[in-house]
Amino acid sequence: MLYNEPSPLEVKVLTKRFELPNSAALDTYLSTDGYQAFQKALGMTPEQIIEEVKASALRGRGGAGFPTGMKWSFVPRNSPKPKYIICNADESEPGTCKDRVLMENDPHQLIEGMMIAGRAVDSHAGYIYIRGEYRYLIEVMDKAIEEAYARGILGDNAMGSGWAFHVYTHTGAGAYECGEETALLDSIEGKRGIPRLKPPFPAVSGAWQSPTILNNVETYCAVPAIIRDGGAAFAALGTPKNGGTRLFCLSGHVNKPGVYELPMGFNLLRMIDEVGGGMRNGKKLKAVIPGGSSCPVLKADECDLAMDYDAVAKAKSMLGSGGVVIMDEDTCMVKAMLRIMRFYAHESCGWCIPCREGTTWLRKVLVRFHEGGGRKSDIDLMYDVARNMLGRTFCALGDAAAMPMMSFVEKFRDEFEAHLDGRPCPYEHAHELAAV
Amino acid sequence: MTFSPELEAKFDKFLKIYPPGRQRSAIVPMLLYAQDETGAITSELIAEVARRCGVQPLQVDETVGYYSMLHRKPLGKYHIQVCTNISCLLVGGEELYEHAKKKLGIGNKEVTPDGLFSIEEVECMGACSWSPAIQVNYDFHHEVTPEKLDRLIDDLRALHAADTVRKAQ
Repeated sequence: MLYNEPSPLEVKVLTKRFELPNSAALDTYLSTDGYQAFQKALGMTPEQIIEEVKASALRGRGGAGFPTGMKWSFVPRNSPKPKYIICNADESEPGTCKDRVLMENDPHQLIEGMMIAGRAVDSHAGYIYIRGEYRYLIEVMDKAIEEAYARGILGDNAMGSGWAFHVYTHTGAGAYECGEETALLDSIEGKRGIPRLKPPFPAVSGAWQSPTILNNVETYCAVPAIIRDGGAAFAALGTPKNGGTRLFCLSGHVNKPGVYELPMGFNLLRMIDEVGGGMRNGKKLKAVIPGGSSCPVLKADECDLAMDYDAVAKAKSMLGSGGVVIMDEDTCMVKAMLRIMRFYAHESCGWCIPCREGTTWLRKVLVRFHEGGGRKSDIDLMYDVARNMLGRTFCALGDAAAMPMMSFVEKFRDEFEAHLDGRPCPYEHAHELAAV
Repeated sequence: MTFSPELEAKFDKFLKIYPPGRQRSAIVPMLLYAQDETGAITSELIAEVARRCGVQPLQVDETVGYYSMLHRKPLGKYHIQVCTNISCLLVGGEELYEHAKKKLGIGNKEVTPDGLFSIEEVECMGACSWSPAIQVNYDFHHEVTPEKLDRLIDDLRALHAADTVRKAQ
């Protein structure tokens, strides 16, 4: 089911079946090129599959943007240990809701992507780690998996190839941290989701101490099109080193928020105006978080920007997970930052001190500050605490909290200053902030 | 402990899908699905899951405190989870959360005296483009206004009343 109207500006590769009736059904998938890429992959060597993925310039859609083909090439294929294909469907970066629609509307595309990854590294088992809140998607995926077994697509003789591949779902139970790949691995092993020391990287020692490919839902979903139509064709849809399309999740103060598949490098202002239908109530744009709440915020005058990994990095932010959060002129940036920090303080696993203490103290200072009890020195203090977390935590969660904090202070210092001297928040409703 | 045949079938599946000797992996799925049936995670349930997965009860217990969806106390029959994270905040998620508390007369993670409703302020649930969003148990509701929430709560009350009458007959 679609939750928003598609946009005519979309380039539909991963979402091309979304508008078909029964788009999630195996018959629909089979009648629209489904599992043909896997058939083609059966005639390719693992090296050829990996080269094709490299040629596509596909980069990880979970947030880090690591080149997928390279990640696959790190798996020691000759290892005597079993290898695992794990799909990160723990979508929980605030602002991000794309993996949901991919699984809901085209579950077989994900299964096929995982099967091709399995062929590339000689794995025989895949696990889809789905966040616990997405219970209905566990049911959607289980149904699709069952259909695939019934038709001999999955199983000990996958599509008559003599090669075995099995796919299973695994439910999470509420923890943002489990979206971090090594925390996810501890979680799937039945433990608390605490990140692991790297190296070894999951490619060498991942799930159950075995070589593991771990990618996001959207990353696997891009693989069938890459193998079917060639890596070069996928790469050509995007910009250099940023192949293909990606699903952008527009949220906040636009007229038509929604999930839209657009080519990499699509201009952010056009995304807001032409895809998102412009700003709500004719308000002016103040700021955008371009890729989920961990990414440094962009001011309105920084938004004339190509949305690919490299261009957004050059603008000192990140393309992240595709969650584009759009804020208008009436948004209190102190309050927005406070809400983001409350989230990271809540989700910090507590394993390492800079993250656990840093997020908690930043939350406390922000609460006091927003309530009008701020001191001028707090502004630099918050910046310093964040700067000292950056790069000094066990996993990226500490960075994810530090980066927005630093950017909010750098770019909206005036709004922090407007809260000083016991002055009430200058923005409407701001005083209603729930007790923290 | 005894469970429904459906849950037992799930348990059997969970114990089979992980690599040999890795049945500890089934702990969290077993706890979450069991909680849906039993209402809360009790020490009896922890011991049962530990026995079936071949681990110490403490190894099960320590996961309960980590995962926010696992609860040691029963929730309401309808657990209303309101997201107030950034995307929802921008379009009224916080006002919706305040409204829900006022409407039901309870606070965060509290249960109404009749056991019918509980409320929880939750983090991003993956409905950012259709916000503000809530979940009632596992069901998503998008673009929720205070008026829509009122209607939903009233409908759930009526549904429960009809259920009660049907069971009594």
